[in-house]
Amino acid sequence: MNGVHDMGGMQDFGPVHPEPAEPAFHAPWEGRVFALNQAAGAWRKWSVDAWRHKIEALPPADYLRMSYYEKWFAAVSELLVDSELATRAEIESGRPAPDSVKQVPVLSADRVPLMRRSGELSKRDDKIAPRFLPGHHVRARNMHPAGHTRLPRYARGKIGIVDRDHGVYVFPDTSAHALGEDPQHVYSVRFAARELWGEQASPRDAVYIDLWDNYLDPA
Amino acid sequence: MSTAHGHDHDHQVVPSDLTLRVKALESLLTEKGLVDPAALDALIDKYQHKVGPRNGARVVARAWIDPIYKQRLLTDGTAAMAELGYGGAQGEHMVVVENTPKVHNLIVCTLCSCYPWSVLGLPPVWYKSAPYRSRAVIDPRGVLREFGLELADETEVRVWDSTAELRYLVLPERPAGSEALGEESLAALVTRDSMIGVAKVAA
Repeated sequence: MNGVHDMGGMQDFGPVHPEPAEPAFHAPWEGRVFALNQAAGAWRKWSVDAWRHKIEALPPADYLRMSYYEKWFAAVSELLVDSELATRAEIESGRPAPDSVKQVPVLSADRVPLMRRSGELSKRDDKIAPRFLPGHHVRARNMHPAGHTRLPRYARGKIGIVDRDHGVYVFPDTSAHALGEDPQHVYSVRFAARELWGEQASPRDAVYIDLWDNYLDPA
Repeated sequence: MSTAHGHDHDHQVVPSDLTLRVKALESLLTEKGLVDPAALDALIDKYQHKVGPRNGARVVARAWIDPIYKQRLLTDGTAAMAELGYGGAQGEHMVVVENTPKVHNLIVCTLCSCYPWSVLGLPPVWYKSAPYRSRAVIDPRGVLREFGLELADETEVRVWDSTAELRYLVLPERPAGSEALGEESLAALVTRDSMIGVAKVAA
């Protein structure tokens, strides 16, 4: 989706403002939202791709206005409804429906130190032949899917060189929409800064982007 | 929530709508048996007190004093970090990129805010912000200048956009003048920002 989340290369957001001695959470509710996302996610009713897409799909003005954990709150609320773990009426009232059956939480406190997440859940050991090898020239496809994708706009149509093969991972474009895993190789592809941005970029600099087989053509 | 009048009297600050809504959601999910509040407490404690940039600093210090470990770290970051006990959520597949006098690396996630939690903790607000995510790829030298880091034209800047499930950590250069320091003292020099690539390590 050509959404506002796909920010690489935009120029009008102003300077970066680091905050000295920044706390992990700026308010108690941020920590609760963070933890609620982890604990609800432990039910494995949605993939990390579906979760990311839920945030991307916020109306653009809201996406830019809302803080990080506000977006997480919106995402988990919507995913709970989509996955039928809770109803919208329950979330609005904060009370279980009369016919709600009490469950046993998947994530208990003693399992928190052992938690793993998206990376491990997305890696596959399938023996799938890579379409490209390190050193191959590739062109990122000029594609504009209306759904989730991890091919940033600024790379589309550009030529790069495969730097390394990371192995086989679930394909986010299908996984986000429950259309199957379509596991395939992910490569780190090196794009010269001038290929991406033209003469204004340094002739030495480069951007490395992790890209799936389905995003690439031979060049 | 701010009010139009002063704050010199002791009425309670009205909780924001969001605070109430988050409380309501936690209460609902707890009553439905979908989450355990003790697990929420443990998660918050983990990222407030246990997992943070000190983990990454130990990895960096070990790589500085042990060339064989450094080689393992650059070849298979995940396995080398697991040797020191660091792995798990948002650090399952780690790639370590090395700064040298000729190459400077910078980490970003332009599409969301992917970040190596297992060795750096949760990302700072600026890393998640639109200014950083948008400009790190098109103007890395300008962004670095805002952090007070001016790179020579001859230096090659490599920006790593974390678009997949790999998580990146910069191995900064060991500072001159630190030759006599042991592992613990070296780790104390290593900052979060140097492992994202927006700063160098000073002795």
